[in-house]
Amino acid sequence: MATTGMKVKDLSVFYGEKEAVKKVSLSFSPKQVTALIGPSGCGKSTFLRSLNRMNDTIGGVKTTGEIWIDDVNVNDPSVDVVELRQQIGMVWQRPNPFHKSIYENIAFGPRYHGIKNKKKLDEIVEDSLRRAALWNETKDRLHNSALALSGGQQQRLCIARSIAVKPKVILMDEPASALDPVSTSKIEELIAELKKEYCIVIVTHNMQQAARVSDRTAFFYMGKLIETDDTDKMFTNPSEKETDDYISGRFG
Amino acid sequence: MEQSAVKGQKTNSKSAFMKPHIREEWVGRVYTFVCILVLIATILAIVYFVASKGLSTFITNGVNIGDLLTGLKWDPEGEPAVFGALPFIFGSFSTSLLAALIAAPLGCCAAIFMTQIMPGAGRRFMQPVIELLAGIPSVVYGFVGLSVIVPMLRAIFPGQGIGILAGSLVLAVMILPTITSIATDALAALPGGLKEGSFALGATRWQTIYRIVLPTTLPALLTGVVLGMARAFGEALAVQMVIGNAPHIPRSLFESASTLTSAITLSMGNTISGTAHNNALWSLALILLTMTFIFVFIVRVLERRNHR
Amino acid sequence: MNAKTADKVATVVICLFAGIIVLVLLGLLGFILFRGLSHISWDFLTSAPETIKAGGGIGPQLFNSLFLLVLTMLITIPLGLGAGIYMSQYAKPGKVTNSIRLVVEVLSSFPSIVVGLFGLLVFVNIMGIGFSLFSGALALTVFNLPLMVRITEQAMAGVPREQKEASLALGLSRWKTITSVMLPIAMPAIITGTILAAGRVFGEAAALLFTAGMSSPRLDFTDWNPLSPFSPLNPFRPAETLAVHIWKINSEGLAPDAGEIAAGASAVLVLTVLLFNFGARWFGRFMHRKFTATR
Repeated sequence: MATTGMKVKDLSVFYGEKEAVKKVSLSFSPKQVTALIGPSGCGKSTFLRSLNRMNDTIGGVKTTGEIWIDDVNVNDPSVDVVELRQQIGMVWQRPNPFHKSIYENIAFGPRYHGIKNKKKLDEIVEDSLRRAALWNETKDRLHNSALALSGGQQQRLCIARSIAVKPKVILMDEPASALDPVSTSKIEELIAELKKEYCIVIVTHNMQQAARVSDRTAFFYMGKLIETDDTDKMFTNPSEKETDDYISGRFG
Repeated sequence: MEQSAVKGQKTNSKSAFMKPHIREEWVGRVYTFVCILVLIATILAIVYFVASKGLSTFITNGVNIGDLLTGLKWDPEGEPAVFGALPFIFGSFSTSLLAALIAAPLGCCAAIFMTQIMPGAGRRFMQPVIELLAGIPSVVYGFVGLSVIVPMLRAIFPGQGIGILAGSLVLAVMILPTITSIATDALAALPGGLKEGSFALGATRWQTIYRIVLPTTLPALLTGVVLGMARAFGEALAVQMVIGNAPHIPRSLFESASTLTSAITLSMGNTISGTAHNNALWSLALILLTMTFIFVFIVRVLERRNHR
Repeated sequence: MNAKTADKVATVVICLFAGIIVLVLLGLLGFILFRGLSHISWDFLTSAPETIKAGGGIGPQLFNSLFLLVLTMLITIPLGLGAGIYMSQYAKPGKVTNSIRLVVEVLSSFPSIVVGLFGLLVFVNIMGIGFSLFSGALALTVFNLPLMVRITEQAMAGVPREQKEASLALGLSRWKTITSVMLPIAMPAIITGTILAAGRVFGEAAALLFTAGMSSPRLDFTDWNPLSPFSPLNPFRPAETLAVHIWKINSEGLAPDAGEIAAGASAVLVLTVLLFNFGARWFGRFMHRKFTATR
């Protein structure tokens, strides 16, 4: 587990006629956080959503190119998307826990994937909540509605939910942009903890956040990947002028 | 079944159909698809059966289609039998048109009241009223029409009280909710800036409603009226109870008349399947069905204009 | 007339018209309840009708209406849910889906008398079910199905997309996502809509005249074997419902108290429909509170 990364080759995504992502090639290493940055509408979220074929659920989206995870091409039409998505967790901008209890939110996925044993499920729930640093806050009310949690707790629950099905990669789409500063820093600590085991790809608007949490950074602009490098280098000495302009706040 | 599913997962069999989630997906797809097929088959069956029965009047019984549509005399049991359905067609059109004429201004005013004059309390109060009016069953409308409207009309106007006007009044109340709710939705969806611009120019509320609000929402308002008319055209029992059911074109609004629906309601139970009379009633049903299609078509055209 | 006066006049007229509508409803309800309530008694609700004598009740009709409603819903709900789910989740946007939507729209605007005729021809005669509760339930299904489809489709469309995506991203199949994540969220809206639809079914008569029939056998309320011809539970017996009964006694009632019976039956019908309406409202509000409550 967790020795898997992803390799993207010449990925293009079309919304009807419009090309939202243009021939992007990029790879994500295991045990690393890669941040995707860029101004609104630059295609970074669309790119992220194509990594687990989430764009399939919207009509009229066409994707070309290759996305490799292990020896499987995600974009191959014969791929079993259901099995594929189990290996790629996802966290959204706004916390979206199911309208179920805290326990059920976590147990829902593993149970579907064949774990029926109650004790085993209990273990998974506790383990996932502990990893998401949520166990102490919720252990006494596992069977209360998840909607009663605060926004930050809900987001950590969503992270716990996605690691409960043992993914190899976790995709995060601006996971902290709807949260207050305290919750945001908790999420960032959590990301630092999780990267010890998972390959994490995070889309963010917040440059400081990218600088804090990521090992590598990729800058998107107008659907194109402008530049990708180690985060330290990107933020101190980018090679492209557009990257420099964006990072120093001259547009975006 | 369950066993093989679990096994299939454990051994990670390559056979796609052993995977439980693929089987499950299949079950869902097939189930929902069958449901939609039933729906489509139903409508096709209705059109097919009503058309084949309705057309047999002309094919089997040799009635001329023009005579049926324009003939004034309906004497199905006479020697020879005469099938002139114009009185029914006239009755259906006149009652539903008149009902729409009465209900449209009322419904639009109610909608304006709910959205422009008292958007808060007025709407909270009127909305349930409209919904309750929509919920009352048509036989109850017929019963109230028979026991209130008919005696009232008899007291005020010449004649027996039954007739086109009584039918139209009952229908008007019945289609009021349709017209009102569609008009309300259209008016409420109007962008606020449009009105504010007009107010800013110093126009009064009525000038704003009259010059800005009504013209922009006109297609939607008409949609409501057409849907109301469609409902009135197809309504059977409430009209049948108050219209009198005489098979001729009345000379006044207060004289007994008939509609397509009332003729079917009254005679269908007393005729034998396959006879010319029975087939003629199916022809009336076919006219009703055709009108439904025309109404839906008009609504579609209006909606398209509305979206533009 | 200057603009200010016109504005005032128009406002008064509009308020007046709105007032008229309220008065019409109050008058309607007042009349039905005033004429009818005095006639409603336990005996009236439970005893059998009389053809030429006074003092008949509406017991069998009331039972028939309720039984028919249950039968209809048993057929409509699974079909409507399935078709609605198909339309909202599986149908790909395009020509085919648009024409299916048109079909639903057309079906929902068919006159109920035509649906009744179709039932007479196909269910009663061709399929040979005869004038029966079952034929009636099938006809009412045709009448009610488009509404159920629309209710389901709208309720499913109202489920936030993130909920669906969250489930899919966990590696759940679409069908499991629909049944375990989306349906529970859409349920309150579906139930509210279904209760309102049930009220419509309960009051429908035109589609039943030639399918469920205009008469009831002498029911034996001690015989609960569904196969016996006089058992109330036999779905293959003819059954006159409350709404049909009201129509029949108004057009050909011979009993001297036909007017009172019609009034009483109308009051029962209206009260039941009101009950459905308030039930749906109450349920909607209850579920809303339950879901928006913080605890």
